[in-house]
Amino acid sequence: MSVQSWVCEPCAIDKLPVGDGKPAIRLVDLEKTLDGKKVLDGVNLDIPPKRITAILGLSGAGKSVMLKHMIGLIRPERGQVLVDGVDISRLSRKELYHARQRFGMLFQGGALFDSLTVYENVAFPLQEKTKLGEGEIRERVLSRLAQVGLEEARGKYPDELSGGMKRRVAFARAMVTDPEIILFDEPTTGLDPIIRNSVLNLICHSYHQHGFTMVMVSHDIPDIFQWCHYVVVLHGGKVVEAGPTAEVVVSVNPFVQQLIRGDITGAVHLM
Amino acid sequence: MITFAETIGKRTLTAINRMGRMAIFLAGTIASLPFPPYQGRRIVKQVHFIGVRSLFVIVLTAMFTGMVLGLQGYHTLREVGSEGLLGSVVALSLIRELGPVLSALMVTGRAGSALTAEIGIMRIGEQIDSLESMGIDPVKFIVVPRLCAAILSVPLLTAIFDVVGILGGYLVGVKLLGVNAGVFFGGMEANVEWSDIANGFVKSVVFGLIIAWVCTFKGYFTGRGAEGVSQSTTSAVVLSSVMILVGDYFLTSVLL
Repeated sequence: MSVQSWVCEPCAIDKLPVGDGKPAIRLVDLEKTLDGKKVLDGVNLDIPPKRITAILGLSGAGKSVMLKHMIGLIRPERGQVLVDGVDISRLSRKELYHARQRFGMLFQGGALFDSLTVYENVAFPLQEKTKLGEGEIRERVLSRLAQVGLEEARGKYPDELSGGMKRRVAFARAMVTDPEIILFDEPTTGLDPIIRNSVLNLICHSYHQHGFTMVMVSHDIPDIFQWCHYVVVLHGGKVVEAGPTAEVVVSVNPFVQQLIRGDITGAVHLM
Repeated sequence: MITFAETIGKRTLTAINRMGRMAIFLAGTIASLPFPPYQGRRIVKQVHFIGVRSLFVIVLTAMFTGMVLGLQGYHTLREVGSEGLLGSVVALSLIRELGPVLSALMVTGRAGSALTAEIGIMRIGEQIDSLESMGIDPVKFIVVPRLCAAILSVPLLTAIFDVVGILGGYLVGVKLLGVNAGVFFGGMEANVEWSDIANGFVKSVVFGLIIAWVCTFKGYFTGRGAEGVSQSTTSAVVLSSVMILVGDYFLTSVLL
């Protein structure tokens, strides 16, 4: 008996709308060293707008570091991070905070504030960053919570939620400001297959409803190929393959094939 | 020999680097104070956490400190026939030194460690990154309210410590050992000056700043995982306590 691979039927790739072609995010010759190790080594990459892009690679390959560069949480030692042509790695703190209003981000564990309820967590960015009235905030928060199926849990605290519920709350919080770009750092890691599928389903439906540009670090291979438009494969701090999913799946790169098949021997020897 | 010199040099540079980061962190926090959004509600919440919830331990330690001072002071002064000075000795010891220092040490142990652990957990749980990703300045949101609350709370706790300590000294000196109440309070009134109270106040403000500064810094730049948070918490308590005692000497030299 095997676990069913997940395909979001209404989101079959060929039915999705076509983007305008201009990259939403462009990484140019990005370099970053952490703890003496070169994590990103001359990364060049275009993230297409209004598309779901998955970033794949081994653990420690620099996927999350690359994602954090895209929103300016980490500054590179060299290179550029262009969002709509503006290099956000060179912005002042104030300008960067302004630029981040276009982003939403879902962190690996959800990163919910422990002292706030589910409702307060989702309302938080609106209360802090907008001038909306309480009524409007309430309406928007409840609508987002309904979208993720957690309207009833609005009075609960994060420590009363399961892992999947936390991710859904975090997703509602990431969406509540209506960002153009949403970044996901391993949104389904550590979840059981049913919950994982429900989170993926939610992401996919939200994409269809709002047309966000989504960038996702993921280990959900091969499921991810069923529903993301573009795939980027990172290895040794470099992009070894990037392009439409159908092209990456048939890549001749031995590392990409090893990653897809999950072989323990091949281009990378783990044993 | 060269390796030894290298090690010393490396450690010195690391220490200087750390001090520089701490100074920049404090300067950044203070620089952000005048600018909105103002964190009134969060400051009140932190005053409750740092101030109100430290009251019990402050009252308890103050009472016994005053009682010990009364007991020790009485026996020492009796040897030179000056029991009448007991009130002044107890009050001046508390107002000038023991009140600010012990209050600050108590707040460090009770609230400072909790501040470091709380912020450290926020760091390793990516809550600080999450604030950043929303375009919210984490220093303004996390550090500023705690700094303001500590600067407000520690002087108030010190004032309570002084009063309760004097009460402890009074109970032992007057009620237990039979010193005349009029002499006890009369000597206190004659010898305690406003400058003593002002000095104690200045010290408590500086100690409040030290506690919030060190503890928030250690939490904000905590190491990885639970071990990192526990190490940060320990080092925050140790460093704050040492800085309070060292700072007390220098402040006393300047203020005397």
